[in-house]
Amino acid sequence: MTGFEAVVLTIVTAATPLLIAALGELVTERSGVLNLGVEGMMIVGAVTGFAGAQLTGSPYLGVIAAMAGGMALSSLFGFLVLRLAANQVASGLALTLLGLGLSGMIGEAFIGQPGLKLERIDIPFLTDLPVVGTILFGQDPLVYASVALAVCVSRFLFHTRAGLALRAVGNNHASAHMLGVHVIRTRFLAVLFGGACSGLAGGYLSLAYTPQWVEGMTAGRGWIALALVVFASWMPLRAAVGAYLFGGALILQFHAQAEGIPLPSQFLSALPYIATVAALVILSRDQWRARNDSPSCLGQVFVPDR
Amino acid sequence: MRIELRQRTEDSRLMVWLSPLLALGLTLVFGTVLFAALGHDPLRALHVYFVKPLTEAWSLEEIVVKATPLALIGVGLALVFRANVWNIGAEGQYTVGAICGSVLPVMLPDLQGPLLLPAVLVCGALGGMAWAAIPAFFRVRFGASEILTSLMLVYVAQLLLDWLVRGPWRNPEGYNFPESRLFEADAVLPALAGRMHYGTVLALVAVAALAIVLGRTLKGFEFRVIGAAPRAGAFAGFSERRSIMAVLAISGGLAGIAGIGEVSGTIGQLHPSISPGYGFTAIIAAFLGRLNPVGVLFASLLLALTYIGGEAAQVSLGVSDKIARVFQGAILIFVLACDVFIRYRLHFQPMRRPAARAEDAP
Repeated sequence: MTGFEAVVLTIVTAATPLLIAALGELVTERSGVLNLGVEGMMIVGAVTGFAGAQLTGSPYLGVIAAMAGGMALSSLFGFLVLRLAANQVASGLALTLLGLGLSGMIGEAFIGQPGLKLERIDIPFLTDLPVVGTILFGQDPLVYASVALAVCVSRFLFHTRAGLALRAVGNNHASAHMLGVHVIRTRFLAVLFGGACSGLAGGYLSLAYTPQWVEGMTAGRGWIALALVVFASWMPLRAAVGAYLFGGALILQFHAQAEGIPLPSQFLSALPYIATVAALVILSRDQWRARNDSPSCLGQVFVPDR
Repeated sequence: MRIELRQRTEDSRLMVWLSPLLALGLTLVFGTVLFAALGHDPLRALHVYFVKPLTEAWSLEEIVVKATPLALIGVGLALVFRANVWNIGAEGQYTVGAICGSVLPVMLPDLQGPLLLPAVLVCGALGGMAWAAIPAFFRVRFGASEILTSLMLVYVAQLLLDWLVRGPWRNPEGYNFPESRLFEADAVLPALAGRMHYGTVLALVAVAALAIVLGRTLKGFEFRVIGAAPRAGAFAGFSERRSIMAVLAISGGLAGIAGIGEVSGTIGQLHPSISPGYGFTAIIAAFLGRLNPVGVLFASLLLALTYIGGEAAQVSLGVSDKIARVFQGAILIFVLACDVFIRYRLHFQPMRRPAARAEDAP
């Protein structure tokens, strides 16, 4: 394997959890709900995924457990903000705090255990192709799933009736309600989808990226995924591009260290966070565009009247 | 049966204060279920967690020690949240406050005198302020959401602290542990009694000052109007940008004081884990205390109890100390859920009986 291949491979694996989580949050936000609990759902997904794989012996069942963990937490969020009309920002934060605590408790039994790894696919001949072989044909299944998900979410949002209804709910919930779209139900489903994706993204970390359980292993990736949605102006395919850029920033530190760049490792570790802030600032500069792109009802409470 | 929310004509003032109590009740119910699920006798476990720390002098002291940073940060957060600004990066401002406050004691250990401690505290406050000014500036100048920028800066601040205590600020006599040199006597916040230090007095002053600013001054009114109705505030001639800058600076400064207060009063030196998540727990304190400074003070004491109770549960029941975070998260979730009663009345609607609807039209 050449050095170039190795770099691209690590970028892809670093980008995949960001992409999956960002796609889930993107759909949630398109329906008008801001769920700041991505980090919490991700870490719970990471621990339930790891636990599921350890207990059943199958990393694929672990993947399902990860999605279930994220969904369970998101349904709590959905109940709070949709049924009880709670403040979305505060509820999302609560979800993150609860998720960090729960994952620490559940994970205590699994600290230090060697995990099960989702194997990379190996197609004879294709994977052996020079340069593109491992990059295109030798990834783990979730990498392909994440790219397919980006395409599917894009198709769904912009080329199906249900996607149109979902965007309508996010842009003008009162009108959508008048037209007979079930606003609360649509949003609840979108929140659940976001939870499943966040959980899956967490599961990717503990089953494929670094197959083990480490407390707080998401390390802010959930928050970066949230920023990625803004970065992508709520467009799924742009989220894919953004995820690979951010993935690059995330793993730059390891390669910089290997190259012997004389910067303290902490500065390199801070790079993805600083890059996120910089990206947010640059993208928000165009106020008119920023306002046009975001779903108009994002974060607003909807209580159906009669 | 279907549950329907009916908006009240006026927010219920009773429910504003009843809701946290209701939430605490629900948290206890949740705790019962949780401990039973973990295989403990729930009553004994809850006693160990929530009651026993209140019966011993040392643990009461420890509650005050832990409530001090929570209250300092929490009142600042109450102010920003009132102004509808979402500073969720208080943990970072706390950390940078601790770092900036430590500049003098760590870099110039020979510096002594009665002015040192005030200088240390001012440096801490300025550090927190400066860290909060970054998201504030990005918000007012470029419109970047302060939620994400302030949170991202938490990680940057923690890495900065990590670098300092492992690199340039590492204690030369510290056997290579990642920690700075110990503060000299003049840089230490004096003790009140036992482990309690004068940071608690600072917290009480902050609570009183913010209670007056928010409740009794035009400036406080301005912040609240900007938060509740920005357009109305604009017509009244209040500047939203200046309000955002001001509230973020104040809350950042208070978080900075909390950080340096903890380092100078409780720990005595910098090391990588100077906070068990005070900046995030203070968010809960702010909401549980109804964004009211005096309320935040009581909420901080309660949340400090969850920390101590978690330690007690770990020691005598053998459960993970992460349970404290779970309880804290649960309290916030329950209080947000109970807040629905402030603005809405729950209405139980029998299914498929549209005729019943006509008579209760307003």
